[in-house]
Amino acid sequence: MDFQVVVLAGGNSKSLTPLVSKDVPKPLLPVANHPVLYYVLHQLEESNLKDLIVVVEGEDAGLLVGAWISGTFVDRLHVEIAAVPEDIGTAGALRAISHYLTAKDILIVSGDLVSDVSLGAVAATHRRHDAVVTATLCCVPICGSSESGSSGGKDKTKKPGRYNIIGLDPRKQFLLHIATGAEIEKDTRLQEHLLHAVGQMEIRSDLMDAHMYAFKRSVLQEVLDRKDTFQSLKQDVVPYLVRSQLKSEAVLSGIPQAEEDGNEKVSFPNNQVMVSQILANASTPSFHELYSMDPDGSAQTRKTHKCCAYIASSSSYCVRLNSIQAFMDINRDVTGEADHLLSDTVIGPSPKLGTKTTVGPHCMLGEGSEMGDKCQVKRSVIGRHCRIGSHVKVVNSVVMNHVTIGDGCIIQGSVVCSNVQLQERVVLKDCQVGAGFVVTAGSEYKGESLARKEK
Amino acid sequence: MGAQKKGATARVSEDAEELARHPLQAILLADSFTTKFRPITLERPKVLLPLVNIPMINYTLAWLESAGVEEVFVFCCAHSKQVIDYLESSEWSSQPNFSVTTIESHNSISAGDALRLIYERNVIHGDFVLISGDTVSNMSLIQAFQEHKDRRKKDANAIMTMVVKQSKPSPITQQSRLGTDELFMAINPVTKQLLYYEDKAEYSKGFISLDKTLIADNPSVILHNDKQDCYIDICSQEVLSLFTDNFDYQHLRRHFVKGLLVDDIMGYKIFTHEIHSSYAARIDNFRSYDTISKDIIQRWTYPFVPDVLCGSSAIKVERQGTYRASDVTLSRSAQLGSFAFIGQGTKIGNDTKISHSVIGERCTIGSNVTIEGSYIWNNVTIEDGCQLRNAIVCDGVILKSGAVLQPGVILSFKVVVGQQFVVPAYSKVSLLQQPTQQDSDEELEYADSTSGTGELRSDKLNGAIAPDLSETASELGTGGVGYIWTVFEGAYDEEWRHSVAPIPTNKLVKLMLDKDEDEELLTQDGNVISALELKTDSDGNGSEDDNNEDSRDDYVSFEKEVEATFLRAVHENVKVDLAVLEVNALRLSYNMASVDCGGAIFYSMMKLAVESPHNSASELHRNAADIVTTWQKLLKSFLHDIDEEIEVILKFEEMCLESAKEFAALFPQILHLLYDKEILQEDAILRWADEKEGADESDKVFLKRSEKFIQWLREAEEEEEEDE
Repeated sequence: MDFQVVVLAGGNSKSLTPLVSKDVPKPLLPVANHPVLYYVLHQLEESNLKDLIVVVEGEDAGLLVGAWISGTFVDRLHVEIAAVPEDIGTAGALRAISHYLTAKDILIVSGDLVSDVSLGAVAATHRRHDAVVTATLCCVPICGSSESGSSGGKDKTKKPGRYNIIGLDPRKQFLLHIATGAEIEKDTRLQEHLLHAVGQMEIRSDLMDAHMYAFKRSVLQEVLDRKDTFQSLKQDVVPYLVRSQLKSEAVLSGIPQAEEDGNEKVSFPNNQVMVSQILANASTPSFHELYSMDPDGSAQTRKTHKCCAYIASSSSYCVRLNSIQAFMDINRDVTGEADHLLSDTVIGPSPKLGTKTTVGPHCMLGEGSEMGDKCQVKRSVIGRHCRIGSHVKVVNSVVMNHVTIGDGCIIQGSVVCSNVQLQERVVLKDCQVGAGFVVTAGSEYKGESLARKEK
Repeated sequence: MGAQKKGATARVSEDAEELARHPLQAILLADSFTTKFRPITLERPKVLLPLVNIPMINYTLAWLESAGVEEVFVFCCAHSKQVIDYLESSEWSSQPNFSVTTIESHNSISAGDALRLIYERNVIHGDFVLISGDTVSNMSLIQAFQEHKDRRKKDANAIMTMVVKQSKPSPITQQSRLGTDELFMAINPVTKQLLYYEDKAEYSKGFISLDKTLIADNPSVILHNDKQDCYIDICSQEVLSLFTDNFDYQHLRRHFVKGLLVDDIMGYKIFTHEIHSSYAARIDNFRSYDTISKDIIQRWTYPFVPDVLCGSSAIKVERQGTYRASDVTLSRSAQLGSFAFIGQGTKIGNDTKISHSVIGERCTIGSNVTIEGSYIWNNVTIEDGCQLRNAIVCDGVILKSGAVLQPGVILSFKVVVGQQFVVPAYSKVSLLQQPTQQDSDEELEYADSTSGTGELRSDKLNGAIAPDLSETASELGTGGVGYIWTVFEGAYDEEWRHSVAPIPTNKLVKLMLDKDEDEELLTQDGNVISALELKTDSDGNGSEDDNNEDSRDDYVSFEKEVEATFLRAVHENVKVDLAVLEVNALRLSYNMASVDCGGAIFYSMMKLAVESPHNSASELHRNAADIVTTWQKLLKSFLHDIDEEIEVILKFEEMCLESAKEFAALFPQILHLLYDKEILQEDAILRWADEKEGADESDKVFLKRSEKFIQWLREAEEEEEEDE
C-alpha cells in the first residue's frame, strides 16, 4: 500500500498533569500497563501498515519514546522518530516533517487514540473515492458508561458531550461540514451552494472526529505551504478542505508534479474522472462530479475535490486520551468491555496475592506485584512491581508501576503514578497523585491533584 | 387558551374510536391571497380557472372526496359570489356523504384572517385537512391522518403534519419545477419533526444558519434542499385557536409555521409526512400552472385526469397522450402533436399545428395556426396564421389574423389582438387597467382590498367596457382591445421565473455565470472564516475598509459642499449665523460629525487664502489672518472640544503636505494666529504635539517647525501653574 503513516504522538500535555511529566511524556503514559502509544502502533501493525513516522514534541520526549519503541517493536515496525518543537500545533508538526513525506497518500493518526477502528478501512475509503481527505468519525463516547458503579451517579446528569458538528451527504460518504472547538457553541452556518449541490445534508452532533485522517499528500503539503496561519489539522486544515470542496483551490490531478502557482491549475484530465468514477463503483456520479459538469454535461468547468468520511460502526471502540477522565475511562474499558484491544493476557504472570485477598473482574495486575492479606481490588489496574500491604481497598483506580501502598489504604477513583509511596491508612478519593510523591500516613484527600514540586 | 388545551388533552386520552366519530373535515381556502395570477384573477377567482379544461377546485374537491373527507368548508373571499354560485350549480352540492359548505368573507386579506373567521364559526370539531383550492393531488390521506393521530396520542403538542415531497430545485435557477423558490427545511430523521423552515433564502447571503439549540437537542438533523412543500396540512383544532391567539399571524408558512418553530414556550411541534409515489402540488404561479397541466395530461395525477373526471365518453385519450372531445371538428390537414388536449365543440382549420397545448371548448382556430405549449380557454377565436408559443389565452379572446404571441404572454378575458400584431414576451394584457396603487405589500403577497372589490369591478366592467376602449386600441394593434400591463421596475428581470414559458437558455447561461461569481466571493468569505482569530480580524478589517471607502467618498463631496457654501458666504456677505445654519444643514444631510465640519470649514478658509492674490509669504499670512479674523465665529461654532480642534490641526498639516504647500513655511505662524484668535486652545495644541511625538520622522516635520511655539506654550502653562 502506498500509504505513509504519521503518528502524532504529542509530548507534554497540560490537561493530563500531574499524570504526565518530563520522565513520562504523554505517549508513554501507561494504559492498562501499556504506554498509550502502544495501542495505535499495535493497530497499525494489525492493518499491515508498518512504515511509520512518529512525531513527538520535544527532544527529550523524542528520545524516551524512541527508546521505548525500539525496545518493544523492534523487527516488527519500521519507525522513524521525529522530534519537533513544542506548541507548533499539529499542522506545524506536519510542516516540520514535510520532507519525510513522499507517498501518494498520508495517513495521520493521533498517538493518544485508543481504538479498534481499522485503519485499513479508512485507507480503503480514501482510495475508493480518490478523496483529498478522509476523516474518521466515531460515536461520541459516553463519559463513564453506565456499568461503572461509583461514578455513575454524577454521570447521569451529564449529557453526552458534543465534540463536533458534522454534515454528511445522504449516503454518508462525504463530509460536507465540520465544526470544531468554539464553533460548536455558535449557530451552525452552512454553505448554501453546497446544499444546492447535494440536496440534503444530515447534520450530526453525535459524531466525533477521531483525529485519524487520510490525506492526499500533494494537497496536504500545498495547503500547509500556502496557509501558514493554519495551526491545527482538526481546526484549520480539515475544515478548510471541507469548506472549499466545490471550489477547490488545491491541486487535484494525480500527478504530484502539477505546477502549483495559485490558480493556474492543470485541469483535471478527463480519464481521471472516469477512473475515479470506476473506483467510486457508483452508477450515478457523485454530486461533486455533477456539480462540476457544464449544463451540457461535458467538460469540467469547476474544480472540486472530495472530502470523505469514514464512520466507524457504533460498536467499535474509539476514545482519545486527552483528559484525566478519558484516562480513567480508557483504563476501565480496556480491561473491561474493550479488552480485545490488548492482545496480551490481561492478568500478568504470577502476581503474589495474600490470603483472603479478592481481585474482582475487569482488573489487571502487573507482573511482580505483591499484595498483602484481605485486600480488595475492583475494576482497577495495578502496574508492575507494586507492593501493596494488607487491608487495602482499590476501587475504580489506576495504580502505575513501582507503587508502594501501606496497610489499610483506601483508594477510590484515583490515579496513582509510578514510584508513589502511600503510607499507612491513606484515603484517596478522586485524586491524582503525580510520580514519586509521598503521601504521609493517615492523610485523607478528596478530589485533589498531588504532585511533587518541579525542581 | 387554557380551556382549549384542557379540552385537547381530554380528547387525546379518549380512545381512537371516540376520535373516529367525528366526520373527517377539511378547510379549503378558495382564495390564495396573492396577486400572482393577475390580471386574470381580477375577473375570475383563481380556483375557478380551468386547469386542463376543468376548474381547479374540482381537482381538489374530487381528491378530498376520494380521500375519505366528509365535510369540506370552502372559504371564499375574492369573487366569493362566483365561487358560491359555481359550487351551488355543480355536482358537489348534491353528493351523498360529502358536504360542501361555503364560508364567505369580504374583508379577509390573508389565510390567517380566514382561519380566525372559521374558528369563530365553530364548525371544526377535530383534526382537519387544511388546503387551498388550487391543490392537485392523489395522495392517500388515511396514512397521514393515522400518523398524525398516533403522534397526538403520545404528544399533545404535535398539532400539525405537513405533507412534503421530493423535488430537487434546479441547480441554476434555484427554483423548483413548480416555479416556487427553493426551500430549506431541517427535519429530524427519526421523529420527522420539522425544525427549521426557510423559503426566503436570499436573505441568508449564501449561508444557512441553524440555531445552536436546535443541534444541541437533536443529535441528527437532516437539512433538506430537495423537498417541496405540498401545502397540504393535517391540523389539530389547536391550530385554529393559535391563529386566534396570535392575531398577527397572516401567512400560513411565513408566520404560523415559522412562529411555532421559534416559539419554545408553548412547545408546539410540527411534523412532516413525506409522500413518495403519489402526486401533490399546488398551483402557485403561472409556471406551476404550466407544469401541473402537463403532469395532468401525462396522467401523473391519475385518477384525477380529464377523461376520468368528465366521464370517459366525453373525452377520449388517443396515442401520444392526445385528448380529444367527442365533437371536435378537425381539418384533415391539421396536425395534432403529442400531449395536446382539444375540448368540446372546437373547430380547427387546415394545416394548423398543435402540440403540448390545451384548447378549451367552443374555440375556433383558423388555418395555418401554430400553437405550442399554450393554454387556450373557452370560446377563443384564433384567426388564420396566428402563432402562439407558451401563452395563456383566457375566455373570449380574439386573435386577429397573423397575430403572434411571444413566449410568456397572458391574455386575460375578451382581449382582442389586432392583425399582424406581435405581443411582446411576458406581456400581461387585460381589458382592465392596471390598478394604479398596486399592492404595497407585494412582498407579503396579500391581496389587498382589491381582491374583495375585484368582483364589483368586473360587474361594472361587463356593462361599460365598450366606450373607453377605442383609445387603447393602438396598444394591441389595429382593432385590438385591451391594456398591456406594465411591469414594475426591476420586476421585469424576474418575470421569466414565474412565467408559463420555459426559461430561455441565454438566461440560464447568464445565471450560471452570475452564480459562479457569487460563489467565488463566498468561498473567499469562507476562507476568511478559517482560522478563528483570523476571521474576526480580517472580517473586521474588510468591513472597516469598506466603510472607510464609503465615508471617504462622502467626505470629499461634503467638503466640496462646505467650501461652496463658505465661498458664497464670503462673496455675498452672508451673516455668520446663517452660514453656521447652512453648514449644519449640510452636516445633517451628509451624516457627518461636527469634527468634520470644523475641518472642512478650516480647509475652505485656507484654500480661499491661498487662492486670493498674494506675492509673498507674508502677504499670504496676512490674507489668512484676515479671513480667520472675519470668519472665526463660524469656525469656532464647530469646535466644541479639544478633539475637534486637534482635527483642525491635523487637517492643516494635511493641507500643507498636499493641496496648499505654500502654507508649509507658515505653519507655526498660522498655528500661533489660531491660538491668538482663541480658535485653538493650548491644550489642543499640546495634545497634538504629544500625539505626534511618537510618530514617524516624516510625520514630525511640522512639529519640529513649530517646536519653538510649543515650547513657549509649555512654559506659559507651567508659569500659570506656578502662579496658582
